Amino acid sequence: MGVTVNKPGILTTVQDAGRFGYLGSGFSPSGVMDKRAFRIANILVDNPKDAPALEFVLAGPTLRFTTNTYIAITGGDFSPRLDGKPIASYKAHFVRRGQMLSFGAPKTGMYGYLAVAGGSFTLPEVMGSRSTNLKCGIGGVEGRALTTGDYLRFETRNLDYLANLGSHVLEDDADFYGFNLDEVVLRVIPGPQESLFSERGIETFYSQAYQTTSKCDRMGYRLEGPEIETIDGSDIISDGIALGAIQVPSHGRPIIMLADRQTTGGYAKIGTVASVDIPKLVQCKPGKSIRFTPISVEVAQELLRKEEENLQALEKIVRRPCYGGVSPRKTARRLTPILEKQARISNGNKLWIELEEDLKHPQKRRERA
Amino acid sequence: MAQFSITIAGDSAINLVFGTTISPETNGVIRGAVQTLEADPIPGVIELVPTFCSLMVLYDSLVIGVDELCERVRGKLRNLTSCAQTVKRIVKIPVCYDEEFALDMDTVATHAQLTPEEVIALHTGHDYLIDMLGFLPGFAYLGGLDERLHTPRLATPRTRLEAGSVGIGGAQTGVYPLPSPGGWQIIGRTPVRPYDPDRNPPILYAAGDYMRFVPISKSEYFAIDAQVQAGTYVCDVVLEEV
Repeated sequence: MGVTVNKPGILTTVQDAGRFGYLGSGFSPSGVMDKRAFRIANILVDNPKDAPALEFVLAGPTLRFTTNTYIAITGGDFSPRLDGKPIASYKAHFVRRGQMLSFGAPKTGMYGYLAVAGGSFTLPEVMGSRSTNLKCGIGGVEGRALTTGDYLRFETRNLDYLANLGSHVLEDDADFYGFNLDEVVLRVIPGPQESLFSERGIETFYSQAYQTTSKCDRMGYRLEGPEIETIDGSDIISDGIALGAIQVPSHGRPIIMLADRQTTGGYAKIGTVASVDIPKLVQCKPGKSIRFTPISVEVAQELLRKEEENLQALEKIVRRPCYGGVSPRKTARRLTPILEKQARISNGNKLWIELEEDLKHPQKRRERA
Repeated sequence: MAQFSITIAGDSAINLVFGTTISPETNGVIRGAVQTLEADPIPGVIELVPTFCSLMVLYDSLVIGVDELCERVRGKLRNLTSCAQTVKRIVKIPVCYDEEFALDMDTVATHAQLTPEEVIALHTGHDYLIDMLGFLPGFAYLGGLDERLHTPRLATPRTRLEAGSVGIGGAQTGVYPLPSPGGWQIIGRTPVRPYDPDRNPPILYAAGDYMRFVPISKSEYFAIDAQVQAGTYVCDVVLEEV
């Protein structure tokens, strides 16, 4: 039960929410670049929110499924195809054994995610996470990117029970990412070393446009644009680097630190990108125009709360009970053993379901009882 | 009493800044802060990253907001004094300084106007305080390299150094825990793996511990290496009163 990798793509790795508890020992947290797309992929197939998914960048893998299951694809638009036939992203799809999933180049975005129903890939946890850490060679599939011939196992739940999944569908997320906009605005919490920059430097940073470049990977994104002036150089005594930290080395151009970042560093950080805006950044192709706008940490945390509420609301919408597609007979067949078990647990006190018919004909119900 | 200021590192981390210079005293204070915060964890705090002069506190703002976190951290560390260590935890790292591994011993010795034997004696004759870990998993920034051994980095960094390479870069010395490109002058190699994901704990030491280099011969190197490969080697750790 799993998938065979026919083509690996450029850099396809297993990632989850990240490896924490070892940053103090110098381990990058790893984990998905785009937490939002990752979370939504798992929502679509009823997975736990941190279930490991496949992350791919710029070119997706070609995978053959060796069992029936449900999948969901999110993130950039990689024109997914099942046996050559286009399928939608942001929707749960039933995949049959033997079917081939392939992707094109991303029409929008940089990173794509594939979640598989049933709690996703069966891989050992390394230091508390299944995320691939390429530098250390740990996590995911033997600590490396996927390669041709790899076989990834996943657990398959009873698909009969999963029949509702096929109705799980969402709008694509283009508006969130600003795929159709010329410019992406990232909200920034100033600090921790803003005071090392001159007034003019800070003014430049928040008023001018910067561009993403081809120097972007899981460690960080280097931007091009007007030089950000410091007062007396940007070297500091190395300190911790948070996700989204905006380092400005002596060349004066910002580098935004991401999932595979070093845990410590010696360049001044003018600010930190708000967590809710990290997915927007990582999905920017090289050459995209970026502007920064300062917000307070309190506002950033309020945004994060709202984002969490939105995702939970999304989860409710996706997982609403679905009446279409499942016959009443099938439902009854599935419910009976559950109710019988319930009755056993409750010492024989039978549980009744008030069927519409029974309500109309209490007489019949009594007779049956 | 130890003073610190708090800086904001985004919506999910704060820095407690204890000083502006690298010193064993600051290191001791940070160590004390880590111990205090780990002994009675604040809900929502994910982890602590101690560095030379500051301590980064990563947290989940859905559990605890920035104001409450700062207040609770200040409360807990109100009575923090420099955690003067009464016992040093010293991790002994066996190092083979044989010329097979000591790619740049001549450079270092010439620069210091010493013989290789004197370089080895100076390098091993000192316990190094681990100021912090960073750069690579398990890479320890060590304080206290003898000034005579300070050597500029290579003009052109090597594209690959083997795991266990022991080197000098400027005023610093240390061990490469993983194969890595690097510009340090290499004077030896340890068969010990400072980092092993299958070992618990995966990293042999933490900030605030000490590292002591113990010279070994080539045959000892290969003997220990075999034990390391077999997973039977246990690194020597000693506790010494200060």
